[in-house]
Amino acid sequence: MNKTVLKVTDLVRHYPLPKESLLAPPRFVYALNGVSFTVEEGKSFGIVGESGCGKSTLARNVMALEDTDAGSVQILGNEVVGKTFNELRPLRQHFQMVFQDPYGSLDPHHTVGRIIAEPLAALEPLSRQEREDRVKEVLSSVGLKPTDMSKYPHEFSGGQRQRIAIARALITRPALIVADEPVSALDVSVQAQVLNLLRDLQDTHGVTYMFISHDLAVVEYLCDEVAVMYLGSIVEKGKTEDLFARPAHPYTRILLDAVPQPASGKKRDRIRLTGNVTGQTEKRSGCAFQDRCPMVDDRCKRETPTLKEVEDSHLAACHFSRELVEKAG
Amino acid sequence: MTLLDVRNLNITLQTAMGEARAVRDLNITLKKGETLGIVGESGCGKSMTALALMGLLPENATTSGELLLSGEDLLEKSEKEMCTIRGNRMAMIFQEPMTSLNPVHTVGRQIMEPLRLHRGLSKKEAFEEAKRLLDRVGIPNPSERIRNHPHQLSGGQRQRVMIALALSCSPDILIADEPTTALDVTIQDQILELIQTLVDEEGMSLVLISHDLGVIAENTQKVMVMYGGTAVETGSTDRIFDELTHPYTQGLFAAMPKIGMGRNRRLTTIPGTVPDLINLPKGCTFTDRCPLASEKCGGAVPARSQMNESHTVMCHHLDKAIKARGGELYQ
Amino acid sequence: MSNPASQSFASRCLKSRSFVVGGTITLILLCCAIVSLFWTPGEVYNIVITDRFKAPSADHWLGTDQFGRDVFSMLMTGTQNSITVGVVAVSIGLFAGVSLGLYASAKRGWTEELIMRFSDFSFAFPAILSAIMITAILGPGGVNSIIAIGIYNVPVFARLTRGSANSIWAREYVMAARAAGKGKFRITIEHILPNILSIIVVQATIQFAIAILAEAALSYLGLGTQPPHPSWGRMLNEAQTLMFLQPMQAVYPGAAIALAVFGLNLLGDGLRDVLDPRLSRKR
Repeated sequence: MNKTVLKVTDLVRHYPLPKESLLAPPRFVYALNGVSFTVEEGKSFGIVGESGCGKSTLARNVMALEDTDAGSVQILGNEVVGKTFNELRPLRQHFQMVFQDPYGSLDPHHTVGRIIAEPLAALEPLSRQEREDRVKEVLSSVGLKPTDMSKYPHEFSGGQRQRIAIARALITRPALIVADEPVSALDVSVQAQVLNLLRDLQDTHGVTYMFISHDLAVVEYLCDEVAVMYLGSIVEKGKTEDLFARPAHPYTRILLDAVPQPASGKKRDRIRLTGNVTGQTEKRSGCAFQDRCPMVDDRCKRETPTLKEVEDSHLAACHFSRELVEKAG
Repeated sequence: MTLLDVRNLNITLQTAMGEARAVRDLNITLKKGETLGIVGESGCGKSMTALALMGLLPENATTSGELLLSGEDLLEKSEKEMCTIRGNRMAMIFQEPMTSLNPVHTVGRQIMEPLRLHRGLSKKEAFEEAKRLLDRVGIPNPSERIRNHPHQLSGGQRQRVMIALALSCSPDILIADEPTTALDVTIQDQILELIQTLVDEEGMSLVLISHDLGVIAENTQKVMVMYGGTAVETGSTDRIFDELTHPYTQGLFAAMPKIGMGRNRRLTTIPGTVPDLINLPKGCTFTDRCPLASEKCGGAVPARSQMNESHTVMCHHLDKAIKARGGELYQ
Repeated sequence: MSNPASQSFASRCLKSRSFVVGGTITLILLCCAIVSLFWTPGEVYNIVITDRFKAPSADHWLGTDQFGRDVFSMLMTGTQNSITVGVVAVSIGLFAGVSLGLYASAKRGWTEELIMRFSDFSFAFPAILSAIMITAILGPGGVNSIIAIGIYNVPVFARLTRGSANSIWAREYVMAARAAGKGKFRITIEHILPNILSIIVVQATIQFAIAILAEAALSYLGLGTQPPHPSWGRMLNEAQTLMFLQPMQAVYPGAAIALAVFGLNLLGDGLRDVLDPRLSRKR
């Protein structure tokens, strides 16, 4: 039995919106509406969804970078929600983060060595020599030279900067790395280098990833398990192979179909999604996807579907998931 | 009938670090109603090419070559003449729809402006026409939306407004520079579908610029793969995707994660990074990253080899590249 | 390629014309102030009534005033005063304002609200008016005018600091520092301050110019530096009554003030060009 590294239970996060008037009822952006999942040691858990589905909010809440409204996040069995910033500090070495923008996530005024050593602040103080050794060690494990530590971020290309950001996340030898769109700002050839690096690091260091992306192909390449989010909830979750081969939620199906294929012979037959993501600021009955769903019927407007198992460890929140899976299988 | 004919276009940028050769010896021919995709990584010159077509190059740019639109050389036009051409014959949509729209004016006003300026419509006519255009690009409720400011629209809707603006003077050529990069896949799908329909119905030519091979494959008839400021492989889209030839094209294709590829195969990576446009390598610009590179490659620029009537490749080692197709060129 | 950023720093400085001109003017004024501490070409403190209203000559480069004091020497000595006021007043504003701004930005919530509303409140008074108010309470004099101008500078820096600090707090590298377990104080010192320093330095040179103007205005009104110590503002005041008899008496201190303010503003502009991180990060 594998060790559970990350266990998220019923995570809720609602951002208050500025009131329209003093007496108006408070309004919220329902960014997370009870999200639950677990990630086991050495695995990669992918989270996909369109912008505004709450995937970045989820990352920030797992990283305890903002207050959570309800629910629990356990990292290696330690509860993270509800702890003060100081109480969390010793725990932080176990979970680190890689950000999306390789230009914005490195302080331009710090040397690479200082940037990479930053998470060591949460540990017991290290000697200068020890610190330097560890920086050199992670630098070489992400494919950079130890001499790069005295340079500044602007001397590196986007891909190299993302390597620096990964090195920073690795330096405390964390169990979990939360990566929020780490390759979406990179060019295709560089993206492949970074994706392979992330895979290699998992093989050599045994890190666990929570990997957030809007790119389904990237998630398929890197992740063992995937969750599809829509409007702050997981609508489908399962092993990558199962979920990509037999999507059990119409939204997943549509997302998969929307990815353009680099092959000759164009125009696939597919359902196109109409409209935009709406309803982040309202709570209503029925399925969150009802406005845009091609399969919608009366039941979807009355009953909110819950996550139910369709196959072995493949869950979906749709009234029609069984039919969808049968049709695909 | 050839609508656009670019011959030996060169663009050089004067920068603080020296001369950057953004585009070198580029040739494009585009017939009326044809769609051309330009694909490449950042810094390969694809956006510069688009800006050159529109006459919108930055001030530090110098050009040589010919840029013929129906036989007239655009590079020799004055700024004033270019203004009319930009409004009437060519239109461009950009990557970031938020920054290309003026936030302080309503959507309607921004669409009406070129209608009144270029087509001389009265205010009322322009208003009606703007409403028709918004409807045409699939914005629900155009009579209400026309009074909205850009920030009240979603990213996809803003891009639709941009397209409406581009359509306002029924251009001959639509240039779309990464029109869907900032959008979600489902919205990207809608926007590309819209562009396709409009191009078909209006008989426009389309130049679609993207870094995404998938977007190009599904939306264009011809492709041009750019690397280091020049076209390394050109041809009809179907041909190219069936017979990827240039080592760079092969590498780019292999480096891209594709749905259905599964987790067992490793992604191919092209070693190194895109070349520095200021210190371009001599000979073939791909030499230092190419697995097939030999001494010859670093010395001389490869000639354009004609694979067949609609497929050209610039490579010294064509035979080896063809043999490597589908195999593991990069190991 | 050894650190291109620092390598080109000096050359960027020399390339900016405003920086060179502004810097030169400021340097000249600084030299005047230092030299006048030991030596002046003529009398500054002693009245030599026989020498009054002398025309410019080899002895008196800009002539003498109605008490026979050497005008050029008085201008030189006045520089001391202006620079002291500028340095001290800007330091007060810088220290208090930047601290308040950083604190507000790190705390957010009602603390930020309170600090910012308070600075809005003090901002609402025109600079001179609040300086007059403060000197009225504390009494006229050099030190009090410095305090008054310093207090006026506090909200200027507080607002600027808080605004730019807030934009740095939103950066991903700050988020990364939070994720590394660094507290707000450490982040403020290590990340926020270095990244807003250039903006603050530029503002400081501009506030320096404003402080010199304010000091001149206060001295002109008799609330600033007291006689016999010369100051540009008081020289203007004294020349006022002689406007039609000896117009040049008013022109000299006026020109000195204008030159100082002009030089400092140019220096500020130049610094902005030189320190602009967008330029230094460009490859």
